[in-house]
Amino acid sequence: MIRFEPRTGISPARSMGLRLLAVAAALALAAIPLGVAGAPILPAYAAMLQGAAGSVFALTETLARATPLIFTGLSAAIAFRARLYNIGAEGQLYLGALAAVAVGSGAVAGPPALLVPLVLLAAAAAGAALMLGPTFLKGRFGVDEVVTTLLLNFVVLLFIQMMLEGPFKDPMGGGWPQSEPILPEAALPPLVERMRLHAGLPIGIVLCLLAHVLISRTVLGLRIRAVGENPAASAYAGIPVLRTLLTVGAVSGALAGLAGASEVAGLKGNLTADLSRGFGYAGIVVAMIAGLQPLAVVPAALLVAGVFVGADTMSRSHGVSSYIADLIVALALLCVLVAGLFVRFKVRWERA
Amino acid sequence: MSAILDILASASFWAAALRIATPLMFGVLGALICERSGVLNLGIEGIFTAGAMAGWLAVHLGADLWTGVLAAALTGAVFGLLLALLTVPLGLSQHVAGIGVTLLATSLAYFTYRVVLPTASTPPRIEPFGPVRLPVLSDLPFLGPALFSQTPLTFLALTLFGLVAFVLYRTPLGLAIRAAGENPAAVEAQGLDVHLVRIGAVVTGSAVMALGGAFLTMSAFNAFFFEMTGGRGWICIALTVFASWRPGKALLGAILFGAFDAFQLRLQHEVAGAVPSQVFLMLPYLLSIAALCLVARRADYPKALMIPYVKGQR
Repeated sequence: MIRFEPRTGISPARSMGLRLLAVAAALALAAIPLGVAGAPILPAYAAMLQGAAGSVFALTETLARATPLIFTGLSAAIAFRARLYNIGAEGQLYLGALAAVAVGSGAVAGPPALLVPLVLLAAAAAGAALMLGPTFLKGRFGVDEVVTTLLLNFVVLLFIQMMLEGPFKDPMGGGWPQSEPILPEAALPPLVERMRLHAGLPIGIVLCLLAHVLISRTVLGLRIRAVGENPAASAYAGIPVLRTLLTVGAVSGALAGLAGASEVAGLKGNLTADLSRGFGYAGIVVAMIAGLQPLAVVPAALLVAGVFVGADTMSRSHGVSSYIADLIVALALLCVLVAGLFVRFKVRWERA
Repeated sequence: MSAILDILASASFWAAALRIATPLMFGVLGALICERSGVLNLGIEGIFTAGAMAGWLAVHLGADLWTGVLAAALTGAVFGLLLALLTVPLGLSQHVAGIGVTLLATSLAYFTYRVVLPTASTPPRIEPFGPVRLPVLSDLPFLGPALFSQTPLTFLALTLFGLVAFVLYRTPLGLAIRAAGENPAAVEAQGLDVHLVRIGAVVTGSAVMALGGAFLTMSAFNAFFFEMTGGRGWICIALTVFASWRPGKALLGAILFGAFDAFQLRLQHEVAGAVPSQVFLMLPYLLSIAALCLVARRADYPKALMIPYVKGQR
């Protein structure tokens, strides 16, 4: 028989160590499909490490890939703190990107000091608006937000395709379904010349710091944590549960929307229907690896981004499908979930 | 208006409705079995994908169609067992574990596909199930082409509905499953192991879900495509709520949904060009959300749904 005894104090160091161990376990488990696919395991992982962090270029690629994951990871971390399971970051990202090109590709003219904040605000507002519906349905009527946000992802992606074939289609795009390019004044500037790294990264990091202060040092943060721990007791204690949920939903949606703005205005330059390679879903894994701690979102995003960037290199050098990255990330989510048990409980084995 | 009536009066429309409804029938039935025992199975979307992949792969590698169906069911059962172990004895978050199983099953299916076919851009076809011809019934006017021209998997889905309804409401096993979802302490008071009942239900339900995926590659289409499940799993979760966790209503809901989808496909054809096709493609998802909201106020959730059971604790 397994018995779980709750731990009284939860040590942050132990929690972090266990979560890192879980990621290592995921990499070890992924060696099985790698081996079955016929790849030499250690050289393949060496190629992955080389591709993720083996050169300055590799590091900047990993940082560039981590940028959207910081936003979506933080989006999930804040929402999950309140037990608001926002799985709709993918859709919010796309709607945010659409709002970014709507204001940033010529509709408004002005200097960067005006256009860049406008693009970011538009994207955040679009993402927040999209998340308000499912949050309200959950808070008011108890409709499961996981299902509604997942279903909305499909709706939004179709809407984006419709817009890219319709009003948002670039007349100079050679017939491809893509938006007009973001104006240079509206673009997030690159951090290093001729590298793909852009200002989205520092913005994401600053937001993680702000989120940390919000969660741990403010009344709203206390309410978020209380609603997550026990909504009934929170309501009894006079916390406005629905209003707290709506605030969290808006913040979470806004962050995912910013991921979209960061990608179109910082990296791609225009919107296409394949903007995100599952960044919304990967954000959930980032948040879980980070233990829902805003400060830990940055290193967790780097880890997940490293897996994705490294897997591309591994794929090229060893002929393994880059779906191995998605596999590792999925395994990491499950392993971290199990590791959480060992953080919260003493697990004892007993004979019945 | 008469165009709409023409659509509804055609046998081929109802045949399409049943065909579209079949994967949903498997999915909603599987979800219902899991949820009746108290476990929300959000692994469904990945189990659909893995089932579609496993069935197709088995046949592609030379097995016969029914062996493919069995391979799909076993694959579903394996992922069901994983989800059950995480959520039942370990009592982990059913939301996060379910999403994790979906991500794992989907990526494993895609990875396996690329191991078998590293570079193929057009997926190889298999010889799928053909329609069953029943003596007399298939020759009936209207009803013959509408109801009795389906592939064997549709009939399997309908049979499973009857079987599950019988087991749930007429057998001690069904009582134990329903009680595990309503009042697990009562199950334990009967000397039964709540965890075993739930694990069994999740494994069985997941095997049934996987058949919905197998229908896609082995009946509806004849190959495996990336992202071919297209959110059908999530739609099934919504349909389960809409059906108040009752097999009869679930069957009706799946068929209504199939009819709606078949109808929008035809309507899309009628007004081609005037309205963007994406508007029609959005409708199934929006309809699912609407269905959820419609019943939300009076949804009769199994009372222990998503509540882990710890032995000896009330």
